[in-house]
Amino acid sequence: MQKKTNVWNNVDWITISIYLAMMFIGWINIYAAVYNEEHKSIFDMTQQYGKQLMWIGAAIFIAVLMINTDSKFFVTFAFPIYIAIIFLLMLVPFIGTTINGAKSWIQFGGFLLQPSEFMKMGTSLALARYISSYNFKMHSWKSLLALAGILFVPVGLIFLQNDTGSAIVFGVFLLVLYREGLNGIVLFFSFLIALVFVLTMVLEPLPTILILTFAAFLINYLIRKKTKRNLIGMATFTSIFGILWLINYLAEGGVDPLYFVFAAAFISSLVFFLWAIMLHKRSLAILIGIYLGSVLFSVSVDYVFHNIMEQHQRDRINELLGIQSDLHGAGYHVNQSKIAIGSGGFFGKGFLQGTQTKFDFVPEQSTDFIFCTVGEEWGFLGSTLVIGLFMALLMRLIFLAERNRSKFSRVYGYCVATILFFHFAVNIGMTIGLAPVIGIPLPFFSYGGSSLWSFTLLLFVFVRLDASRFEQLSY
Amino acid sequence: MDTFSKRKVIVAGIMLGVGILFVLRLFTLQITNKTYKQFATRNVLREITIYPARGYIYDRNNELMVYNKAAYDLMLIPREVKAFDTTELCNIIQLDRKDLREAIAKAKQYSRYKPSIVAGQISSDIYAPLQEKLYKYPGFFVQSRTLREYPSKSAAQALGFVGEVNQRTIETDKYYKSGDYIGVSGLEKAYEKELRGIKGVQKSMVDVHNRIKGKYNDGLEDTTAILGQNLITGFDAKLQAYAELLMTNKKGAVVAIEPATGEIILMVSAPSYDPNLLVGRQRSKNYSILMQDSVYKPTWNRAIIGEYSPGSTFKLVNALIALQEHSVTPYDRFSCSGQGSTPIRCTHSHASPVAMREGIRESCNPYFWNVFRSIINHSPTAEEGYRVWRDHVVNFGFAQRVGTELSSERKGNLAETSYYDKYFGQKRWNAMTIRSLSIGQGEILVTPLQMANMAAIIANRGYYITPHLVRAIQDPNRVSHELEFEKKVIDIRPEHFNTVIEGMQAVIEDTKLQHTVKLDSVIVCGKTGTVQNPHGADHSAFVAFAPRDTPKIAIAVYIENAGFGATYAAPIAGLLIEKYLNDSIAPRRKDLEQRLIETDLLNVVEVKRKL
Repeated sequence: MQKKTNVWNNVDWITISIYLAMMFIGWINIYAAVYNEEHKSIFDMTQQYGKQLMWIGAAIFIAVLMINTDSKFFVTFAFPIYIAIIFLLMLVPFIGTTINGAKSWIQFGGFLLQPSEFMKMGTSLALARYISSYNFKMHSWKSLLALAGILFVPVGLIFLQNDTGSAIVFGVFLLVLYREGLNGIVLFFSFLIALVFVLTMVLEPLPTILILTFAAFLINYLIRKKTKRNLIGMATFTSIFGILWLINYLAEGGVDPLYFVFAAAFISSLVFFLWAIMLHKRSLAILIGIYLGSVLFSVSVDYVFHNIMEQHQRDRINELLGIQSDLHGAGYHVNQSKIAIGSGGFFGKGFLQGTQTKFDFVPEQSTDFIFCTVGEEWGFLGSTLVIGLFMALLMRLIFLAERNRSKFSRVYGYCVATILFFHFAVNIGMTIGLAPVIGIPLPFFSYGGSSLWSFTLLLFVFVRLDASRFEQLSY
Repeated sequence: MDTFSKRKVIVAGIMLGVGILFVLRLFTLQITNKTYKQFATRNVLREITIYPARGYIYDRNNELMVYNKAAYDLMLIPREVKAFDTTELCNIIQLDRKDLREAIAKAKQYSRYKPSIVAGQISSDIYAPLQEKLYKYPGFFVQSRTLREYPSKSAAQALGFVGEVNQRTIETDKYYKSGDYIGVSGLEKAYEKELRGIKGVQKSMVDVHNRIKGKYNDGLEDTTAILGQNLITGFDAKLQAYAELLMTNKKGAVVAIEPATGEIILMVSAPSYDPNLLVGRQRSKNYSILMQDSVYKPTWNRAIIGEYSPGSTFKLVNALIALQEHSVTPYDRFSCSGQGSTPIRCTHSHASPVAMREGIRESCNPYFWNVFRSIINHSPTAEEGYRVWRDHVVNFGFAQRVGTELSSERKGNLAETSYYDKYFGQKRWNAMTIRSLSIGQGEILVTPLQMANMAAIIANRGYYITPHLVRAIQDPNRVSHELEFEKKVIDIRPEHFNTVIEGMQAVIEDTKLQHTVKLDSVIVCGKTGTVQNPHGADHSAFVAFAPRDTPKIAIAVYIENAGFGATYAAPIAGLLIEKYLNDSIAPRRKDLEQRLIETDLLNVVEVKRKL
């Protein structure tokens, strides 16, 4: 039994300060976003800003509670907590409430909780517990299967509840696994697949293949610096396409040019692949293989999407990528969001002076599009500050995770950092037109008790773990 | 052992990379790219134009000729409409259910949030009951605007009308926006800038649903509308209406000028129309009816665009030129053999030979042939003689726009020597060849306005002030600013005018005109004209001024296809002079008045043609 030291002496105040600053800035911006002449007081409990203050109070209570909890509790009860939240998730279809088309909420008295939000913490605990166990070996089939199980049970359940946005957050755990030894190739291919998928869905396959072709030539040039061979490759590709297109044009075949691009990519890849094998140019062969795989993937994604999937499944994907959620035609929401942020200029329009914000041009502005308010009213200065705060928090979390000797704490810390990072990247990326419109909140900023509490819980379990980094966490 | 510890750098690098990417993106969005600011402003800015009331038009006695009346547009915001009783609304605004449905469909197509006009220019009679019931029709509201009103229903062509501005004007003049009104003709067009005032603008901010949320930039960019300026004209509205009454069922023009000032007292073009027809909901229907009337052309202002031969009224000018050039004296006598005269025969018989006073009184064609020949032959060559003569005629304001504010004014015509050179060959023409000019026929065309101006020159004994309709402009504070007009002196000595005026007095007092034109209290001087017309019956022309020594009014009356000048044009002028100077018609002349009003020269012509 070790001597009990006061836990408050060891908590990381930098993290806590950033956390408090973020909640405060978020609250101010929620006030600006939903500001209502009739309810001027920021403490008005009938308005979102009043309520958010209440959620913040509760969040701080949760944080204090977590810090006062024995850190061994989280290690010991990692799996039970995970299972309990999965159980809650499974209950949702029976006792859940539907909000915005997603039946993913459970009502506790006057509060609405979203178990999928808490699932992130549960899964993080379970991952940390499993990876830190002695018999864990990253590339053993048994371990990989177990990891897959830990990840896919919650993802599947959340996906079934129509909350696709929350489901894909779990993909970011790949980064954690990579840190803990997963082969980098997995990370690379996961990224490539996701990229090709999104490009295919958003841009259609034809431009996607062209982008991939261009990228392949560029990479080949960067690696091998052989301009002449690159030009030969390009000429081959172009001439195959040109001949096919010309034949079609003259014969008035009316065939979609996609087929010619695909054929050009396929034939020239095969030719150069064989050539690379014969001359033992390994890196070229790999590159061509990856390229051809991506092209095939893009085409088959398109084929599956249009010919095999049912309409409701297509709707789900379109909604996920923000392709069809648009009421006023292509890109209205993102466009209004960009106008809001872009019109902020360097210093911003000032507190409560944002016209895009005040007059409701941006939808969901207190929740998913809260960053618009920051951009419009506080300008480049304010938005850079917010990004800076996130970067500071993420870097601090990685630093904290790395300084823990306990593997459990480290893995959990990485989980927290990557989850926050994913939310940050997708949410802000969406408001500035760099990411598809996936409705996930900006941590500590967006309005809503459930998400604030779950992020607080997620973060402060780690703050507590980190506070006891000098103790031996045994189990 | 932690063999993968270095991977923390890659994970942190990915995160930092995204952060840096975002900052760069924000830099381009917020600092490099300025268009987003404009988009944001365009999103919220709504400009509401405040239309100032158009200026009024007064006559010389401060009587209103044109003012504004309130009218109302029934507007609709489709988004706010709920189910309502269409039959009742249609009954109130007197609109077909079909038309209403079409208007609503059109409004919906235009915008669901922005207001559209459902029924334009509703009169106050309809507005009153509509306003009471308006609460039953959410989404509908009424927007007020002003329309022109013409209390005396007269002077339609001179006052002109307003209409919606056309696309070409919108493109060339930044002041106008689609749907604005602009003066299209007459004074409304000539004084558009003064009458329209200056539009104001209220900039408001609207939310995403187009609901007004407050002033833009604290109202600093708002401007108030400035009322239009009033025009004070030289019109005598009562006399104008009386002239139009006398010209009922006749085709022609009447112009009267105050000689001392150049103010136009009346300007009639008959047939006319009620200017109120071109206002309100029936405007476009009435407009096309008026424009398509190719027989009477009621929108034509014949007083300024009608180009006629002056006929015998022009003999006055020939007499004055001859006196000034000393080619004849007042006492030179020329013989007349009546119908047997050559080269121009006289139209009626009178004592012979005649000097100037009798020549004018009898409108003797042979006398004036001699007068004209004397002018042309006074110079060494016919060409030089013609030039001298022509310069004098041009001096009288002929063959040029005399310079009223009305842009449609025509110049008339007077041949140059080159015309005759071309027509007859150089030096192959002389006084004989162009003798028609001696009696105001031939290669000369004048407008009734120019004829009235000629009368004013004679009344003034040798000068005129540029004829004009508007004498002063009154600003919104009702302070009047008198306008100044050029005085033009004729190079003919005043005593020559007195000689001619004597003849003009004799025309009124010593011919049969003494029964129709001569007044008891005032000496009237005048000259008739019966203008040969290749297209039909002769035109009847008459110029006059009165009183002889202190002229108050100079007038020209021109009636198409009415026969002798003495029959219609002269008595109408006489009645107008009497009315203007005495304010009433002497009882003994009431019969004449009645007869002239009832004279229908339009339909007589029709009947003749049919027979």
